[in-house]
Amino acid sequence: MSAKKVTQMRRLPGFGLTLGFTLFYVTLMIVIPIAALLFKASSISMQELVETFKTPRVQASLRLTFGASLLAATINTFFGFIVAWTLVRYRFVGRRLMDSLIDLPFAMPTAVSGIALMAIYAPTGIVGKQFLAWGIKTAISPLGVLIALIFIGFPFAVRTMQPAIEELELEAEQASASLGASRFQTFLRVTLPSLIPAALTGFTLALARALGEYGSVIFIAGNLPMRTEIASLLIVSRLDENDVVGACAIAVVMLAATFVLLLTIQGIQWRIERKTGRN
Amino acid sequence: MSVEVQHVNKTFGSYKAIEDVSLKVHSGELVALLGPSGSGKTTLLRMIAGLEVPDRPVQSGEGKILFFDQDVATWSVSERQVGFVFQHYALFKHMSVFENIAFGLRVRPRSQRLPKAQIDQRVRELLQLIQLEGFGNRYPLQLSGGQRQRVALARALAIEPKVLLLDEPFGALDAKVRQKLREWLRRLHEQVHTTTILVTHDQEEALEVADRVVVMNHAKIEQIGTPEEVFHNPASEFVIDFLGSVNVFSGRHVEPLSETKTAETKTAGAKTDEAKIYVRPHELQITRESLGFSSISAQIQRIQRAGASAKVFVHTSKEQNVRVDIPIQQFQLLELEVHQQVFITPLHSHVFSPEYTI
Repeated sequence: MSAKKVTQMRRLPGFGLTLGFTLFYVTLMIVIPIAALLFKASSISMQELVETFKTPRVQASLRLTFGASLLAATINTFFGFIVAWTLVRYRFVGRRLMDSLIDLPFAMPTAVSGIALMAIYAPTGIVGKQFLAWGIKTAISPLGVLIALIFIGFPFAVRTMQPAIEELELEAEQASASLGASRFQTFLRVTLPSLIPAALTGFTLALARALGEYGSVIFIAGNLPMRTEIASLLIVSRLDENDVVGACAIAVVMLAATFVLLLTIQGIQWRIERKTGRN
Repeated sequence: MSVEVQHVNKTFGSYKAIEDVSLKVHSGELVALLGPSGSGKTTLLRMIAGLEVPDRPVQSGEGKILFFDQDVATWSVSERQVGFVFQHYALFKHMSVFENIAFGLRVRPRSQRLPKAQIDQRVRELLQLIQLEGFGNRYPLQLSGGQRQRVALARALAIEPKVLLLDEPFGALDAKVRQKLREWLRRLHEQVHTTTILVTHDQEEALEVADRVVVMNHAKIEQIGTPEEVFHNPASEFVIDFLGSVNVFSGRHVEPLSETKTAETKTAGAKTDEAKIYVRPHELQITRESLGFSSISAQIQRIQRAGASAKVFVHTSKEQNVRVDIPIQQFQLLELEVHQQVFITPLHSHVFSPEYTI
């Protein structure tokens, strides 16, 4: 009897230890800080929260943050796919160098990225000057925010799609060709759909990174209230003004929106995986 | 639709995968390419499909691949209208079984595409053919290996291919499923009669399913013939060795063997003292008494009774280990035991003189 019970209970060795560690770590590093934020925010009445949310300046900053982040993640997913495809499928001189360049935005301190972006996109910078001649302001404009968010989110898109492209079954493409499909049909109907889960992951990571970005954006954005002020900057300036409650209110709104967004994407992914049996 | 390969070569770097191979497969025939791994059989199949390009011909008449007397060597895979089935199925994982089978019909140019209702009808027929009605909405990863391979076959058949090419289709499946699918494939072939080329390294599979067997070794064809021909009249030592187990006797036994009246000796090439004699386990007889010149005394080492015939492993007085297969009923009458002294006598043998190379 007892022996049977033991075998039923048995899992891979180390389960208790690793689960314990995982719980402890997730609690310490994620749950407690968020709980502290919520605790702080709980001193705010619902009334105040709604008031804060209703301010045009807060609304404008949230719109800019989510709008630019979504757009940047979309652009990154598209171009990230092309770059990942090129790096995986083709062999050319400088491929390795290019491959390691991709990670640079990961590793650079965000303030350094900000200064670097400012240097070239400012009205006096090499790129900014050119665009200004065409009447497009690349710095101190919403476009500047978008550029910074694309810059920092790009590696996420590339790095999540690369392994998926590497694992693509060459035989599935050959099967498609033998069934009479043209190269383009094969790409559209066979290759692309099998990359959707990876693309979604890349999109999510790039989006999450963009939503929370601060350092690289603030220089190029110029931080004009109502126009180029992102939510995380607004939080910092509220804190500077000793308005902890106001800062927390914006933070809670951002947190909730981000959480809903990530859950939605996770849900889509979960549905695809359940259908196609991927784990 | 007949398929013909004329003097085709294929090299990968410095490795010769196919060396001057010619082969003709008749319309409606099921031919098996049989050989060990690295013999070039898959490369040959992939060249017929258009997935691999033959080496450029050096002389005219070389490197041709003909579908019904038309040279298709320069055609792409999609132009050749072949049904190709891969060892690891290569199903489209993000599509349902139904969509997988319909794929070839849906990607046709608009002018040749069937109306939707007809595509649906055709897919339903194929699902019935592969005995997977009601599985149309499943996804490939929800199916067993045998089911997946049947879907792959239906997908290939959907386009009504001129030739069906199967690359080790049952190689990744377990023995029981292989056996069932093999029989099913043969019945299917009798229904649809598409010219079919099957690659396999399993000699049993080749002998059981194919109309003709092409035995390949080291980038070349060793023998082409019906299953009976290649099994009973092997053209080379390689063929007899590859098609089932065989006992090899050294040249010392040549004289007494060829003189006996019981042994019907087939020779390929001149008989010399150095010839090797190949005798299949079921072509040996075990007796308590010597039957004459060709009998060899031996001691029983081990007996394996499971199966339709008993496998008796003996050690001869010439220090050789030999396997003898005896039908189980006959075996019971003989009352053999381990360590017993017996005589083994070949009833039939194949003699090959060594190839002299200059």
